[in-house]
Amino acid sequence: MTPVQAVIAKELRIYFVSPIVYVVGAVFLLIFGLLSYLYVGFAGAQAIQLMQMQGGPAQINLNDLVFRNLFASMRIVLLIILPILTMRLFAEERKLRTFEFLLTSPLRINDIVIGKFISVLVIYVGLVGLTTLVPTVLMLFSDFDWNPIWTGYLGMVLLGALFLSVGLFASAVTENQIVAAFVSFGMLLTIWLISGLGSLFGDTPAGRVISYVSYMEHYDRLVRGLIDTSDLVYFGSGLVLMLFLTHRVVESTRWK
Amino acid sequence: MIDVHNITKRYGHHTAIDRVTFSVAKGEVLAFLGPNGAGKTTTMRILTCFMPATEGTARVAGFDCTDHPLEVKRQIGYLPETPPVYQELTVTEYLTFVGQLRGITGPALTSALDKSIGRLELGTVRHRLIGNLSRGYRQRVGLAQALLHDPPVLILDEPTVGLDPKQIIEIRELIKSLAGSHSVILSTHILPEATAVCQRVVIINKGRIVAEDTPEQLSARLRQSEKVSLMLKSRPADCESKLQAIPGVLQVLPGQGGGTFLIECELGRDLRDELARVAVMNQWGLLELRTVSMTLEDVFLQLTRHEDHSAEATETTVSMAPSEKTDA
Repeated sequence: MTPVQAVIAKELRIYFVSPIVYVVGAVFLLIFGLLSYLYVGFAGAQAIQLMQMQGGPAQINLNDLVFRNLFASMRIVLLIILPILTMRLFAEERKLRTFEFLLTSPLRINDIVIGKFISVLVIYVGLVGLTTLVPTVLMLFSDFDWNPIWTGYLGMVLLGALFLSVGLFASAVTENQIVAAFVSFGMLLTIWLISGLGSLFGDTPAGRVISYVSYMEHYDRLVRGLIDTSDLVYFGSGLVLMLFLTHRVVESTRWK
Repeated sequence: MIDVHNITKRYGHHTAIDRVTFSVAKGEVLAFLGPNGAGKTTTMRILTCFMPATEGTARVAGFDCTDHPLEVKRQIGYLPETPPVYQELTVTEYLTFVGQLRGITGPALTSALDKSIGRLELGTVRHRLIGNLSRGYRQRVGLAQALLHDPPVLILDEPTVGLDPKQIIEIRELIKSLAGSHSVILSTHILPEATAVCQRVVIINKGRIVAEDTPEQLSARLRQSEKVSLMLKSRPADCESKLQAIPGVLQVLPGQGGGTFLIECELGRDLRDELARVAVMNQWGLLELRTVSMTLEDVFLQLTRHEDHSAEATETTVSMAPSEKTDA
């Protein structure tokens, strides 16, 4: 077992012994289920309206009416929930003085950062995996295109991974978990609002650059069913940048 | 095994340790003694590569702490001030994790685990969550962690804090048994502990080494007179002057009880025989007569006080809370 694997195993063990995963998981799944129910309900109401107007059976697009809305709404849910999942990663180690133990063990800071990130990513992907129950059940009663749903899920995993890396960074800068959660929440919200700033500038080079920095347009394209390499590059580089910054912050604590 | 040369650590304008130099031979047990905030923990953190020194070099088992931190970390078992335990893990899970970080796997891990658990008598709690264990058990789990991979160098920051007197004796015996095969540095402000387990003592105060020697030599070196305690049944009026008249007696200090005296004599002279003769001849009722040796505590206070006076005359001297002077 490599040190990274040992760190992952330890983190997962702690997540599942403490109530965090169960609480966060329950809330996440509840909200996903509730939103699905609401959007399916709206779609149903629209179908009935359409039927009355046309006087015959109506075709409605579940991809547009349910899944696109559902994935778009998940942005805000992830923004609120994921900082709770990541806040303990470094802050708790610092508070309980196990941080010193990790840094005096024969493993690299990279091993610690990557091990912690992978452990929380595994939990998140597991939770997202459970939500595929919703399209699976809907498939029994209706007909829709699975491809945009897969890209939507890809978007949710990439967006979540980016959020988790921001949360990991925030957790490394403080030993207070509440502060860590709040810092990552603030950072994510700021990056979100940057997209609004971008649209203020309109379709100018500056506007395009500012919009590119925000995750909004990249996520939206994936939710609409478009896989663009520039979006994948955006998520990949954002992730690497945050992990790198986390590494620097952890390293810098040794110099203080 | 451990070579520290002129290391200095500054936090901004505050100098935590100032040009500290010492070395530990293979198999030697060294005590790091000093009041709180003297720089003990900082020195240990530099040796364990937790933080780099501002200046100077530290080498462990031939590896430089700045250039080869991973090699240094492999040679060291470290118990920080607070036992570094995860409350959500059981004792076995935690020690398994520690072993995996150290690259121990399979049957080697199982045997290392059993040995470590046996040594620290953790068998009865091995499947319990560390969060539910008492302070003493957590401290022992922390020690088990440091000993798990049988490292050649052990760095223990106040290893007996939080233990009950019986456990303190056991841990001291354990540390003594490690001498010879392991190099050990332990920090403490409990002076009898240093006398009990260490071959050499480094006294550090305000970031500077003020003395370094064996406990016996340190007290011998600082002794300026022989001291004898004398207890008489009563306190005759003329006894002080008669005692003072004995050749070789420097000073007679009346003690707290009715007939007790502390008599300072010239260095190198044993006047007990003479004192006894005078007391018996005058029929004072001699009850007790013994030499008073200087404890490490006196040495320590004398050294740190001297430092303080020379450094900052206004600052009060280092005092040790009575509760910290636990002697087992």
